Amino acid sequence: MKVKYKKTKGLTDKPLSYCPGCTHGIAHKLVGETLEELDMLDDAIGIASVGCSVFAYQFFNCDMQQAPHGRACAEATGIKRVLPDNTVFTYQGDGDLASIGIAETIHAANRGENITVIFINNAIYGMTGGQMAPTTLIGQKTTTSQSGRDAKSQGYPIHISEMLSTIEGSAYIERVSLHDPKHVIKAKKAIKKAFTYQKEKRGFTLIEVLSSCPVNWGMKPIDALKWVEENMVEQYPLGVYKDKEANNG
Amino acid sequence: MGKILMKGNEAIALAAIKGGVDAFYGYPITPQNEVPEYLSKHMIENGKVFVQAESEVASINMVYGAAGAGVRVMTSSSSPGIALMQEGISYIAGAELPCVIVSVMRGGPGLGNIQPAQGDYYQATRGGGNGDYNLIVYAPESIQETIDVMKSAFDTADYYRNPVMVLVDGLIGQMMEAVDFDRPVEKRDLSLKDWATNGKKNHPGKRNIANSLHLGAEILEDHNKNLKKKYDRIKENEVKYEMINMDNPDYTIVAYGTMARVCRSAIKQLKKKGIEVGMIRPIALWPYPKKAFDEIPSTCKGIMCVEMSMGQMLDDVQISNRGRFDVAFYGRYAGVVPEPEEIVDAIENFEEWRVE
Repeated sequence: MKVKYKKTKGLTDKPLSYCPGCTHGIAHKLVGETLEELDMLDDAIGIASVGCSVFAYQFFNCDMQQAPHGRACAEATGIKRVLPDNTVFTYQGDGDLASIGIAETIHAANRGENITVIFINNAIYGMTGGQMAPTTLIGQKTTTSQSGRDAKSQGYPIHISEMLSTIEGSAYIERVSLHDPKHVIKAKKAIKKAFTYQKEKRGFTLIEVLSSCPVNWGMKPIDALKWVEENMVEQYPLGVYKDKEANNG
Repeated sequence: MGKILMKGNEAIALAAIKGGVDAFYGYPITPQNEVPEYLSKHMIENGKVFVQAESEVASINMVYGAAGAGVRVMTSSSSPGIALMQEGISYIAGAELPCVIVSVMRGGPGLGNIQPAQGDYYQATRGGGNGDYNLIVYAPESIQETIDVMKSAFDTADYYRNPVMVLVDGLIGQMMEAVDFDRPVEKRDLSLKDWATNGKKNHPGKRNIANSLHLGAEILEDHNKNLKKKYDRIKENEVKYEMINMDNPDYTIVAYGTMARVCRSAIKQLKKKGIEVGMIRPIALWPYPKKAFDEIPSTCKGIMCVEMSMGQMLDDVQISNRGRFDVAFYGRYAGVVPEPEEIVDAIENFEEWRVE
């Protein structure tokens, strides 16, 4: 009997802790598959952040560290500098990366740290129960913006990929989405490209992954995916924001 | 090499290299800047890692990463910078990773000033990070002793898989002394770092994780119990202090670091006046040398704790004394270093400085 599909070796057998319908599981799978396909599982060190992905250290089948809130890129820097030939990646949500950890992220990019960042943008704080994130859309209702995010007092959705693309040390920045199979395949390609660039020691790589959070958005999983497609993609256009090879030859 | 004249901060840096440091991550702050400045040149020249981070917060988390990866790693900072590192220090202690943290104290609170002070005794020995944890804290009194402590600090950190802090003040950091880098230091029997997160290929068959998260209450309690066992072992084995003129003292001074240096002069002046004063000088502030207090002869009239703070080590002095002797406190702070004459005067007027 021919095996058509099997679970990636890039993930452990530990059942995922994510809510039903959440796209973290897909993102994990894509990263796990990439690590397996690029033969990186034996040299990779991943950094789990604080938020829903706090348990990522239980799921990726490689060495892992669990970082304080927002500090994953600093921790990754610490590791990569002493182990330059190992694969080092972080897996962070938008509260972790775009709010408390924005300084660590920008400076890791600016130093051109040769690491890969998987940035999950679901426009909300998931783990703590649905509070407003820096990525929350204008008018989006959360537990701390109950009448909808108001730009006047709560600022605007922050565009991480656009911002990091202006930084010299960034080698590859792409925003992808997980709202349908076609885009999942695109996301996989982007993630693989980022890890390949790291292998080639090109510098800082980040893939922003638009994700759904059905539980905290108060939606059914399918409606949540539709919301990503109809609202998030409009606010956060998909595409390659920086490709050092393409730009600079 | 013989004796050379060297500034304290630079000596800290060179001693770290002699102690086998592989990586330094830090952020500028006075009065410790010569530590990263010296290392920025010499680490890179020797193929080691030096990174000037964007903040102390980032520095300590870079230290966390590299410590987890299994190398000898350090950072250096001063009071407000160490305050910013407390979160990371707690995580490193929780994940049981070894590293060395140099703290060159200045006046506080807040931005305070950049003069020498000892106002961070609590910060070092009680910790500003969350949770039940301890650092091994050394407080040398001279540049030579700082070198000796630094050279062995990495071994100690590796041995216990625990952060070690070397706590000095701006005076030790900024002054120059003739020092010898070749004095032998204690070597420990160290086991391989088979726990390091350096890629599975380096430890086939298992996945290594550096982590301080243990969600189940009983699981975390077990983890804390294991930490406690380690701290008890450290208390048993790593107490370090010096007894000075303690045969038959009229009074006993307790002081550490720069303050102990000044007290040595005061003790000489008091001797000329016919007053015998001894000194307990903790070299390790944690674990604290409680047992040294049992050796104070019962004929002693009192204990004088002297600090460049408003009285922080005083708590440990009172705990260790267990009510046996009268205790007095003399302190100057916020960057003022007491003259020996002030301490002579304080001993001569012991009652005036008595504390309850």
